[in-house]
Amino acid sequence: MSTMRLLAGRTLSAGPEGFAEHAARLGPLPHAGRDLTEVVVRSGLTGRGGAGFAAGLKWRAAAARHAQALVVNGAEGEPHSKKDRLLMSTRPHLVLDGALLAARAVRVKEIVLYIGEHHTIARAAMEHALAERPGAERKHFRIAAAPARYVSGDSSAAVHLVTTGIALPTSAPAAPAMVQNVETLAHVALIARFGEDTGTVLVTMAGGVARPGVLEVETTATIADAIALAGGATEPPRAVLLGGYFGAWVEIGQAQGLTLDPVALRARGLSLGCGVVGVLPGSHCPVCETAGIMRYLAGESSAQCGPCFFGLRALAEASGRIANQGSNSEDLQRLQRWAAEVRGRGACKHPDGAVMFLQSALSTFGQEFASHQAHRARRTA
Amino acid sequence: MSRQYELVVDRIRCDGRGLCAELLPELIRLDDWGYPIISSGPIPDHLMPLAERAVEDCPVLALTLRRVEQGKRGGR
Repeated sequence: MSTMRLLAGRTLSAGPEGFAEHAARLGPLPHAGRDLTEVVVRSGLTGRGGAGFAAGLKWRAAAARHAQALVVNGAEGEPHSKKDRLLMSTRPHLVLDGALLAARAVRVKEIVLYIGEHHTIARAAMEHALAERPGAERKHFRIAAAPARYVSGDSSAAVHLVTTGIALPTSAPAAPAMVQNVETLAHVALIARFGEDTGTVLVTMAGGVARPGVLEVETTATIADAIALAGGATEPPRAVLLGGYFGAWVEIGQAQGLTLDPVALRARGLSLGCGVVGVLPGSHCPVCETAGIMRYLAGESSAQCGPCFFGLRALAEASGRIANQGSNSEDLQRLQRWAAEVRGRGACKHPDGAVMFLQSALSTFGQEFASHQAHRARRTA
Repeated sequence: MSRQYELVVDRIRCDGRGLCAELLPELIRLDDWGYPIISSGPIPDHLMPLAERAVEDCPVLALTLRRVEQGKRGGR
């Protein structure tokens, strides 16, 4: 592996890279100030938490509205995603470097490491790494535990927690804060040193592959390449769920040739999201799989906004009826209508993500939804 | 040109009383669970008095008027 990779250096199973080893490999924390923002803009780096917003533009906006804090988002509430934890557990100093550089560029004094409450190995690695840093750097940081809920990773929920202690999305964030995903910041640590981005992304391969887990791949790699790197498909796949539960289903024939490039995917109306590539094996029923994920997403509503709480529950129930009892035209019509109505009507993006996922299922698996029959024996999802 | 406004719902405050849809059916309808669906875009001038009334009468103060910024359209 070349130096221009997030996961270059010692083998990942050897545990977290210490400060001395990190500094020997990459050199000291570069001296950079506000000028780094324009370097990041030129690098084209996009956020790796899910929304995929251009990092440099976010920094400009945060500086303009005098953000008070930087929230380093390592909540990783996405069920199959493992890449943020892997990064914090193995290259914690890359994340700390990126956080310090971003904080200097945007001129915030407080940095909050927002780490999933059950991600104990990642948290321990970050705490240990912090203890290794000079006091002048360490004093800017504190750590906050993100509750293990899907919406905890929502950026308004993250800001709400670190300012008020409540990890729920809000319609009125208290103090202005900039939220940036841990992988995004790790890229910044390398951009500040080398002037350009690695051109890689971290993806989590899940579902029907021989070796599920995290890969660092070039953005020129295709989904077929990534499946091969994950040991190949366990059986001929039917489709890929790209971007996690807020992502979209893509037929395998179309998916294989897609490159794992956040910008190119966006141009096609898709999103790499948080980097989860879920492979649906041909023997699994896409309708039942979709109904199961909708049930999960409905349960993860924080129940603050009516359209999300009631709408997602109704959508999950209608999908469940089709899955369990067979297709019927009333539920199919309801799914279409409710999905369109719920979108954009929550304080956070939870309902939007859930209905966009459902809409991708209805368009990708339209035939299956229209002709679905109850399975005689219960399938394992 | 006169100032243009749009209706905005605080979705966390709103608990689906439905008064707004009764006062301003031209722009607000209710979904299957009683929560308002607002027509996107600026409020036509002739409906402004009714919109102001709906904002004032919302029992949980979840409805507000927001100035439509230049080049931006559509609320939720």
